[in-house]
Amino acid sequence: MSKPEKVVKGVKFGVLSPEMIRRMSVTAIVTPEVYDENGIPIEGGVMDPRLGVIEPGQRCATCGNTLAQCPGHFGHLELAKPVIHIGYVKHIYMLLKATCRSCNRVKIPEEDVVKYRDLYRRLRERWPQLASSMVEFIRQRASKALECPHCKARQFRVRLEKPATFIEEGGRGKLYPDVIKQWLSNIPSSDLEVLGLDPEVARPEWMIINVLPIPPIAVRPSIVLETGMRAEDDLTHKLVDIIRANEKLKEALNSGAPEIIVEDLWELLQYHVMTFIDNELPGVPVAKRRSGMPLKTLAQRLKGKEGRFRGNLSGKRVDFSARTVISPDPNLDVNEVGVPYEVAMTLTVPEHVTPWNIDRMREYVLNGPYKWPGANYVVDPSGRRLDLRYVKDRKALAEGLKPGYVVERHLVNGDVVLFNRQPSLHRMSIMAHRVRVLPGKTFRLHLAVCPPYNADFDGDEMNLHVPQTVEARAEAEELLLVEKQILSPRYGGPIIGGIQDYISGGYLLTLKTTILTKDQVSDLLATIDYSGEIPEPAILSPVEAWTGKQVFSLLLPEDFNFIGETKLSSGSLKCTSEECFWDTLLIVKKGKILAGTVDKTVIGSQQPKSLMHYLIMEKGVKFGAEFMNKAFKLFLRYIEMVGLTMTLDDIGPKRSALESAVKVIKNSYSEVDKLIEMYRAGQLEPVPGRTLSETLEIRILDVLARARDESGATVVEYMSLANPVYVMARTGARGSGLNITQMSVVLGQQSVRGERIWRGYRGRVLPHYRHGDLSPEARGFVASSFYKGLSPLEVFFHAAGGREGLVDTAVRTSQSGYMQRRLINALQDLYVEYDMSVRSPYGELVQFRYGEDSVDPRKTAFGKAVDIDRIIVKNMGWRMSL
Amino acid sequence: MSEKSEKSSTSGKRHSRRKKPSSVEEVRRAVVEPGELVDRLIEEQGLRQRLPPVLVSSVRSLILKKYGARPDELEIRREFEILAKVAQRIHAAMEPAQKIVPKAIVDEVLFKLMDTAYRYSLTDEEIARIREDVVQSYLRALVEPGEPVGTVAAQSIGEPSTQMTLRTFHFAGVRELNVTLGLPRLIELVDAKQKPETPIMEIYLTEEHKHDLKAALEVARRLEHTSLEAVTASAEVDLITESVIVRLDKDMLEDKGLTVEDVVNALSRERSLAGRVRVDESDPLVLAVEVPKAYSHITKILRFRELILKTRIKGVRGIRKVILQRRYDPSAGKHEYVLLTEGSNLAEVLALPQVDHRRTRTNDVHEIERVLGIEAARQALINEIMNTLREQGLEVDVRHVMLVADLMTWSGIVRQIGRHGIVGEKRSVLARAAFEITAKQLFDASASGEFDSLRGVTENLVIGQLMPFGTSMVELKTSPQQLARGGDAK
Repeated sequence: MSKPEKVVKGVKFGVLSPEMIRRMSVTAIVTPEVYDENGIPIEGGVMDPRLGVIEPGQRCATCGNTLAQCPGHFGHLELAKPVIHIGYVKHIYMLLKATCRSCNRVKIPEEDVVKYRDLYRRLRERWPQLASSMVEFIRQRASKALECPHCKARQFRVRLEKPATFIEEGGRGKLYPDVIKQWLSNIPSSDLEVLGLDPEVARPEWMIINVLPIPPIAVRPSIVLETGMRAEDDLTHKLVDIIRANEKLKEALNSGAPEIIVEDLWELLQYHVMTFIDNELPGVPVAKRRSGMPLKTLAQRLKGKEGRFRGNLSGKRVDFSARTVISPDPNLDVNEVGVPYEVAMTLTVPEHVTPWNIDRMREYVLNGPYKWPGANYVVDPSGRRLDLRYVKDRKALAEGLKPGYVVERHLVNGDVVLFNRQPSLHRMSIMAHRVRVLPGKTFRLHLAVCPPYNADFDGDEMNLHVPQTVEARAEAEELLLVEKQILSPRYGGPIIGGIQDYISGGYLLTLKTTILTKDQVSDLLATIDYSGEIPEPAILSPVEAWTGKQVFSLLLPEDFNFIGETKLSSGSLKCTSEECFWDTLLIVKKGKILAGTVDKTVIGSQQPKSLMHYLIMEKGVKFGAEFMNKAFKLFLRYIEMVGLTMTLDDIGPKRSALESAVKVIKNSYSEVDKLIEMYRAGQLEPVPGRTLSETLEIRILDVLARARDESGATVVEYMSLANPVYVMARTGARGSGLNITQMSVVLGQQSVRGERIWRGYRGRVLPHYRHGDLSPEARGFVASSFYKGLSPLEVFFHAAGGREGLVDTAVRTSQSGYMQRRLINALQDLYVEYDMSVRSPYGELVQFRYGEDSVDPRKTAFGKAVDIDRIIVKNMGWRMSL
Repeated sequence: MSEKSEKSSTSGKRHSRRKKPSSVEEVRRAVVEPGELVDRLIEEQGLRQRLPPVLVSSVRSLILKKYGARPDELEIRREFEILAKVAQRIHAAMEPAQKIVPKAIVDEVLFKLMDTAYRYSLTDEEIARIREDVVQSYLRALVEPGEPVGTVAAQSIGEPSTQMTLRTFHFAGVRELNVTLGLPRLIELVDAKQKPETPIMEIYLTEEHKHDLKAALEVARRLEHTSLEAVTASAEVDLITESVIVRLDKDMLEDKGLTVEDVVNALSRERSLAGRVRVDESDPLVLAVEVPKAYSHITKILRFRELILKTRIKGVRGIRKVILQRRYDPSAGKHEYVLLTEGSNLAEVLALPQVDHRRTRTNDVHEIERVLGIEAARQALINEIMNTLREQGLEVDVRHVMLVADLMTWSGIVRQIGRHGIVGEKRSVLARAAFEITAKQLFDASASGEFDSLRGVTENLVIGQLMPFGTSMVELKTSPQQLARGGDAK
């Protein structure tokens, strides 16, 4: 705390000069030998002990530190002949083209150079994009000059032969790296600036390597296998190759070998240095290990998803985390997460000992690491960590605790932790929960938080992280707690709310016909720890009885008014007035439900402008979370009392209904037959822009889709709200009308790529059909229902159609994942300034006012900052009537 | 508005001619034009001077709703008195809110309040409470400075896209047209692809043409790109006379509304063909096109045939297919004809006099940028993204989409979200390196001696520091220890 915080203000990039490399170096590497016969690293070899420590306990020969402290040290290798740094080939090529071959100045007249330099300097800070376009223009202009404007020398075309050979056509022919180095070092610094280079930190001659830095051992540690064999890192292998090639070249030069041999060896050195830097160069054979695996060299370490940048710097592995399977627990609060004892006893929270918690801390220390709630470590004021597993006398340690100590105690009830399910697509994928330590081996969560995590319990696993500082805990509690995330920033509405049985339960409880005895009411109210008065019974005689609406109303604030349609209110059950028989218009006045039931559009998740949404907006998220806790427990308790299940009979259609449904399908078959006949006779009128057969397919699909909907409707029509399946579909708890149709009447047309299924044998899908059979059943129309059961052929079609769905999801996730990564990368730096403008961190204005009205979508009612209809109902709904 | 005042002024004249009624009975019996009466009352009482326009028009419409069919001057006058008073009351009560809440919202509030007051009557207390709620809910809805709206927008668009279908094609109302929808379309939009996979235009016609099937068909014919091939029954190469003999298809000519003469003229417009097209004397449907010197070699003569078959006879370049659709126009209250086209050419279509250039649209964002400018392109992006999402039943607030569109267009050109656009042009080396093509970014950065000033998210994450947004945006810090010691807190 008292240490002043060090802040990195910036990172400057540049190229190392040979002098710098030598100065950084602790030793020159001179031999390709690595170890002597005894397995001791040879001095002057690539594993020279001065380059850093690899084994714990050792002390560094250079800095004297141990493994944890020693950062490692660079060495250097003097190359017999310079080679081109493959990463800078493009830059070198540009310079060779843009500068004069004899005076080595940029091929632009002096006055223009001055002008450009001036302009470039001004652009560079404010308009980097323009500056780089300008540099591009200058480069091209300079490259075009056939004669140097300074020395008037004639220019030749320089050609780059990949990967790193430069050829001056008609001039000197092949340009060797030493020649190029000479050329580049002659380019005046003032000229380099207009070519977009920074001569201060990146002189072009430095892009030709004649001294190679040897990375510290810490970067390329060798591993000792179980067999006792040493396995060296890929980089070390590559370095040995380089040194060997270098030695050979040196020898050849010293012995005055013929030019061809020298050139070959030089080329080899170039190859090794190139692949040391990047082993995936186009046109260059990949350097391989003996096993045939390509070597992972410098560029490969940085690149890609598992590379240094994306794998270690943008995403890091962390301590204080746990992962296990999740399962539901309706008895938890929405804010809570159930944590197994084992996890709670492994993860710790550092807690400073104070006079106020010292007794508790002593208790934890006394309990030790194996008894919950205990502690795993104690840090004394000198910073020494005591592992309680090995502390003999915990009692003494506990006695000795005093302010200044830190106890790393077990996770206890009420601790705040972060809970996460991948893929983390939005911020609700990581929310803070309060810990509830429970027996069992799974994480337990409230069902209402499934939608934001997109979780189910078919084996999903989730991660848990324990914040370690007070700041982190405070932020987690204030910003990330589940209740603070109920309202989604995507649209103005709650993303957490009732699902499935909560919805059916709410409906059943608030049904007009739900009459409860005193026992039942007491039971229900006891489950939610209700402590107020029981209201006046709705029915006084022969026995006192209450309605379900009365019970639910106890959860609503007394000044709450609400009028809204329920999910049920559609089709024949539509209600538009208070007087409506179907009871599908929800009317709440002064906190009492007067009419209507509670279903998806009232308490459901992802339902903006619902009763739940307004309750949360007006009474606060804390109230909202508490309301959910209680209401949902109430609903489940009621379901437990009355039972909610389905049997096969519930989806079995009535005989009469089925008959009419079958008739509808029969009719559609003959209609299709007629179409096919017309098509065969050439009488079918083609849809403009479609071929005749396409037209036929479109028409048939139309007819069959209509047939399915109609036949489905005839059967569903006969269903009543006494049917639990129908109740679930109508209240929005689970399933849809289409699902019911498929279960009880007809599955309908199976399709692949939006077409009727036609692949398979020539002219037919399966050998059971005639060639060219266009009839519905031959092309994937499944006339059976799940209730009736599918014939083998129908099962085949159903599987073919079903497979498309699976393939689709698999493909889609990767595509949308990449799109989201790009979106995030492009947008993540934008934020709202104090003046409500949206800016990039460089002050660039993207929007003058966020969203044109500086309104946060999360705090709106479905996009509206002021929902005047609601405000009117809120204030005077108690005396409004419809 | 102008229409309304016009109506009232003409009827006003009629009214002034009438004699003054002498008794109550007569007043009742007098045929009153309610609208005109209310307008007069508004005028007399100077309502427009005292009240905002919404309230005035609300008063007017409320009276007309009730008495439009039952013109009773006395009752209307009484009702007017009451409503004017109510309006006055609401106006006065809402006054303090106007300084804080934007006008558009206040207007809506006033309108709804009038309606409510009319139906249920409102006490001053209730109006005051509603006013307080309006102000409160507006202030509460404002964004907090420091909010990372970019990330939120990206997530809000990215997350639902996982739920989108991959099915590329879908028929947009008409079976004849394929339109790219769903995830592929969304990716296409954020990619700022030069040409959409399925360019579509929706062409509205001007008042004179939109209700007339014939006229609409005529426009459709003019638009549709027709090549010689489309009206040709056969085309053969005659090696002896060195010409291509084209036999035109009579039915197709009729269908496209062309004559042989049109075809000859169109062909003759081509510079290389001028004067080389002749109509066969014996059969008016047969054309002989003489092969020019450049193509006279036997190997090239077939290429020439292909070339002339591709010649545009009429239509607009790029418009491959035109489909006529009858649509309900809610503003006019009747059906109108709308042209849907496959292929897009905004500039040329807008130039046609029969086209209503205000409503005509295309789904090609780059074309909109070229023809109408960057502001239009921004709006087009917003519309297209919103439509794509909504079509899939996914609800995303416009503000998120606006931010994406603004980021793509604020530099003056439409930039892609990705390597070749916004991300690739980021100022931070580390952020670029962490996205894609890592090694190249680092080499380039070192050569030009770039300086990363670590201001964005990725850079600070890489370095291990807090990013300067949200709770970390605050730069003012106090040191409690130093304060306790009585020193300067820095």
